[in-house]
Amino acid sequence: MPDAVRIDARVEARDVELDLTLGEGELVAIVGPNGSGKSTCIELIAGALRPDSGTVALGGTVVAGAQTFVPAHRRRIGYLEQRPLLFPHLTVVGNVAFGPRSRGASARDAARRAEAELEAVGLAGFGPRRVRELSGGQAQRVAIARALAIDPEIVLLDEPFAALDAAATPELRRLLRDRLRRITTVMVTHDPLDVLALADGVACLSEGRVALQSGVDRVFQNPGTRFLADFVGLNLLHGRVVDDAVELPGGALVTGMAESPLLTDQARAVFPPAAVSLYRAAPHGSPRNELSATVVGVEDRGLVQRVSLEVGSQRIHADVTPSALRDLHLGEGEAVVAVVKATQVALHPVA
Amino acid sequence: MTRYPRWALVPTGVALALLGIPLVGLLLRANWAELPGLLVSDRAVDALRLSLVTCTISTLLVLALGVPTALVLARTDGRWGSVARTLVTIPMVLPPVVAGLALLTTLGRRGLIGGPLSAIGIEIGFTTVAVIVAQTFVSLPFLVISLEGALRASGSDFEAAAGYLGASPSRVFWRVTLPMAAPALASGTALSFARALGEFGATLTFAGSLQGTTRTLPLEIYLLRESDSDLALALAVVLLAVAALVVGVATHLRAWGSHA
Repeated sequence: MPDAVRIDARVEARDVELDLTLGEGELVAIVGPNGSGKSTCIELIAGALRPDSGTVALGGTVVAGAQTFVPAHRRRIGYLEQRPLLFPHLTVVGNVAFGPRSRGASARDAARRAEAELEAVGLAGFGPRRVRELSGGQAQRVAIARALAIDPEIVLLDEPFAALDAAATPELRRLLRDRLRRITTVMVTHDPLDVLALADGVACLSEGRVALQSGVDRVFQNPGTRFLADFVGLNLLHGRVVDDAVELPGGALVTGMAESPLLTDQARAVFPPAAVSLYRAAPHGSPRNELSATVVGVEDRGLVQRVSLEVGSQRIHADVTPSALRDLHLGEGEAVVAVVKATQVALHPVA
Repeated sequence: MTRYPRWALVPTGVALALLGIPLVGLLLRANWAELPGLLVSDRAVDALRLSLVTCTISTLLVLALGVPTALVLARTDGRWGSVARTLVTIPMVLPPVVAGLALLTTLGRRGLIGGPLSAIGIEIGFTTVAVIVAQTFVSLPFLVISLEGALRASGSDFEAAAGYLGASPSRVFWRVTLPMAAPALASGTALSFARALGEFGATLTFAGSLQGTTRTLPLEIYLLRESDSDLALALAVVLLAVAALVVGVATHLRAWGSHA
């Protein structure tokens, strides 16, 4: 099967040279500092930008190259950005039916498809409404329905939650996670939670190049670059779902709170380094997770000391005060117990 | 709390009086009792009909030429864009009589384009066609400038979104660009229609003043002002009413546009 997305292209004016491949049905998060080429990457796939040299291929077909350029409206791209960009002169259903209509569906088929897509985003019955009557979250859900109504080959998410208030975001993440199953997706984001909730892989861009492309677990446990370490800022432990908890390969059980139900085999437990306390021996008491760990390094970060730990074969970090570190007399290779409160652990299913 | 120095009210009062009192004076002098009779006289009907027909045609021409022009200018930056914008703006500030002279020397019998046309039997100068050309020349900029401003301000993000959904550039133009610019389009159309209706200098210079052929309302009012001032004032009242209507419509549409 050909790659769903294959970019090997240069854009001279922006000093961007991207080499990136996505497998069929994969959701890859593109992260990187501002100006690292994230927008260029999206524009190359969408057809908003023609590379100076090299090619862009979607599903094995070259859509941009030396001799060819397929314009955006002849590609099948579901594009979702910060603003929903719903057409204000059309009704909600008119917006969602716009794509199918533009691609030759009859008015009746397009309307039927639009109603089905609206139902799938939880907005059944909203069809006749005016766009300006919608809340921000509802408008973005209509935008999702509109983007998916054209049966996109590729979905592009350009910080789709950045303009929403925090309360609406988990609901939309859950919706996208559900609706994007098996659709090849490229997502630009500044939020590690988007990556955890949605992505299979991460591509980190730096100065117009792909600095690293890897799985989500690897990136969170071993960020590799300083940007990624700061971007991630969170610990991640991968394991098997056992009831409502995650069982690590060594047998330790991690409990926490799940944003969406753990209906999958695998899941990730995620928690900030500041939520980890270190003890010489297990303290016991209260609903806490206790993990046997080995110290593999200590980094002085000014106000806090970042201790790198190995839990089985996985890596986490703990931020502790210099005095706490002194009291523990920790050195590399020593065994400790890492304790994390269950209320500070988020559990994410792995698709 | 005042937002302006008190003395500013004095020039404001003078300005409003300067603009308003002549209109009141016109309305007071008009012979209202005879108005219906005056307006159905031969000369009045000829002028009214000619103005209505020519302004309708020139407004349609303005739309056909001006809407695509406004879109192209709104989406074009750089040197050629500003050259084109300057060219479009010139007729707005050009004295109409100069516009008429320019049209006459170009499209007239011995003109750059009029000469060859004349040789194959096509005369433009001093015909109804000349009236329409003159009106289109002076009113086209009003539509282009106002619509271009609106299209530039609204940006091209919605158009790009329509493109990703599969709409061809033409479909985007008809289904997204135009409907979204409808308020600006309507108020720009109203303004160009009003400008065409009031056109005098360029028409007189380029098309002359033949009753029923090129003598539009403003020309007829000018000719009648001494010989039959009652009829001149009656026709003036009609133009004033149309002007008030256009301003009302344009203002209303702009308010609608800002709420959309």
